[in-house]
Amino acid sequence: MKRVEVNTVPDANGHFGVYGGRYVAETLMPALIEVEKAYRAAQADPAFELEFRGLLKHYVGRPSPLYFAPRLTEAFGGAKIYLKREDLNHTGAHKVNNTLGQAILARRMGKKKLMAETGAGQHGVATATVAARFGMECDVYMGEEDIRRQAPNVKRMNLLGARVIPVTSGTKTLKDAMSEALREWVAAVDTTFYVIGTVAGPHPYPVMVRDFQSVIGIEAREQFIELENRLPEMVIACVGGGSNAAGLFYPFLNDAGVKMVGVEAAGHGIATGQHAASIEAGRPGILHGSKSYVLQDAEGQILNAHSISAGLDYPGVGPEHALWADLKRVEYSGITDAEAVAAFHELSLMEGIIPALESSHALAEARKRARTVGKGGAIVVCLSGRGDKDLESVLEYDARVKT
Amino acid sequence: MSRIEETFKRLSKGNRKALVGFLVAGDPDLERSERDCRMALENGVDVLELGVPFSDPTADGPVIQAAGQRSLAAGTTVAKVLTLAKRLRRECEAPIVLFGYVNPFFNYGYEKLANDAAAAGVDAFLVVDMPFEESGEFRVHLDAVGLDFISLIAPTTPDARLGKILKEARGFVYYIMVKGVTGARAGVAEDVAGHLVRLKKHTRLPVAAGFGVSNGDQAREAARHADGVVVGSALVRAAGENRLAFLVKEIRQALDCQEK
Ligand SMILES: Cc1ncc(COP(=O)(O)O)c(C=O)c1O
Repeated sequence: MKRVEVNTVPDANGHFGVYGGRYVAETLMPALIEVEKAYRAAQADPAFELEFRGLLKHYVGRPSPLYFAPRLTEAFGGAKIYLKREDLNHTGAHKVNNTLGQAILARRMGKKKLMAETGAGQHGVATATVAARFGMECDVYMGEEDIRRQAPNVKRMNLLGARVIPVTSGTKTLKDAMSEALREWVAAVDTTFYVIGTVAGPHPYPVMVRDFQSVIGIEAREQFIELENRLPEMVIACVGGGSNAAGLFYPFLNDAGVKMVGVEAAGHGIATGQHAASIEAGRPGILHGSKSYVLQDAEGQILNAHSISAGLDYPGVGPEHALWADLKRVEYSGITDAEAVAAFHELSLMEGIIPALESSHALAEARKRARTVGKGGAIVVCLSGRGDKDLESVLEYDARVKT
Repeated sequence: MSRIEETFKRLSKGNRKALVGFLVAGDPDLERSERDCRMALENGVDVLELGVPFSDPTADGPVIQAAGQRSLAAGTTVAKVLTLAKRLRRECEAPIVLFGYVNPFFNYGYEKLANDAAAAGVDAFLVVDMPFEESGEFRVHLDAVGLDFISLIAPTTPDARLGKILKEARGFVYYIMVKGVTGARAGVAEDVAGHLVRLKKHTRLPVAAGFGVSNGDQAREAARHADGVVVGSALVRAAGENRLAFLVKEIRQALDCQEK
């Protein structure tokens, strides 16, 4: 597969414009530099690429289909809607593309143990899965609130042999899980590889995770060209930390005619303050090792995010998205809990596909855009995961709304 | 001569080790925190590290996390910490180091922070999650007003990196003795001596060793190869249990009797 050359970002210290970098304790710096060196070496080694591609094909089940959704297209009443079916990957989301890449890297580095933070549990499951596949130990840090919201994934991780470690500090969600994982990594840095689940965190994670996930966009681009003999007018993906979006967008960056929309969680609505829209409502700041847009108060204290979707419930976003937002190459918008749940039901009923609540945000945005793009056009939506894990949350939400 | 330089010189002349004490500013509120800082300084702390609370302290263990939460709940801000420093400065000449995480400082604005801190009588900054590579911008503004940016060295820091960091180091060097977060530990970390010798080859600045020191015996042990020790979580906990003066005295005595 041909790599798409976009531009020269990031710089040697991992800066995307003024964003990114490595803001961590000195104890971790050598480990990050080691990961970066190992990653560069792996990129230059055809054996790494061969193993990664091989496992993506035979273990994950790639390429994932680019599916034309006829009834949804009809219902939206405008552009043709194509779904990039990351929900059909082994483990049910895009997360495994990245954990596979990082696990192969960890093994090359001689690490025996993986650790990860998780929100929705999808990244935790994806990490536990590859740990089992490679015979490695695995610790997953997960907020107590998310353990409650995403119970099926906790059971899955246990079944896969991982230890799920409840995090009780702060909001007991993804933000605190990541803080705790960073704390634990400081103590275990010699033996343990930290598998970050999104394009956030210190360099080289944002660039590495983007590269591993860009298989989404590379495939989608080729598949679309094959089906339609042209490029789509628009691509849409939800943005938590931003990994499925970065993976979809990156290979299209140089296609000037392709409009890109990243969808953040607007929770109860931006005006209520209860949301996770870091780009729309945040300011530049530093969280979890890199500079980007961050939800923070006037004093620079990190605010709690809110989203019905555990995977989007994070007050930060990957630094490359911050740059894309400033450059206006990607437009970022917000979808509320209510809109996402409606889209969740709509796709289930229209196409027989139950989407993850995260992905439902992208679908809801596509609904709004379909008419503007118009009947002659096409929109590719990243269906980043399947919704089995969210049944409980949606039923709970529906019951609350009815009463 | 800066206050930091002067303090370490004076102590070393007397063949004594520096006791660097850490307390979280505003824990549990500014008034009691001011009283605790005074108490620490009166009973033997030579250099005061004032912790600026942050919502997501990724390098701190449970004790300092909880102290930061109490402080934030009481409404502590960077500006209020500067006011506290100013009040302490009125009656003491001990060096004051502001110790914190980058985001509240970035949010305040590096230049304004350097200026306001200098005006308040602060001597240096230590930013846990701002490694050498990211420190350039803040450092320029600190240099302009004569404040030190304290460099941290970890057991994991390789030699080549050590040299690069220490070339730009100012004030004193903070050696993190353990791989891990702040907090009390049973014993002092291994091979501290080896690392301190390694470190001393690259710098003439005084070195203070910290992380995990919680009593007199550990302090004495840690100080054997360093110019001072840093005590954090143990002081924070002692302050909460009204035995701060007692613990500071104990550590001070342990440090002082070592040289006799
Ligand atoms: C299905 C799914 N989509 C999206 C996300 C959000 O992550 P990112 O923005 O990194 O793609 C998650 C996170 O858990 C997820 O599980």
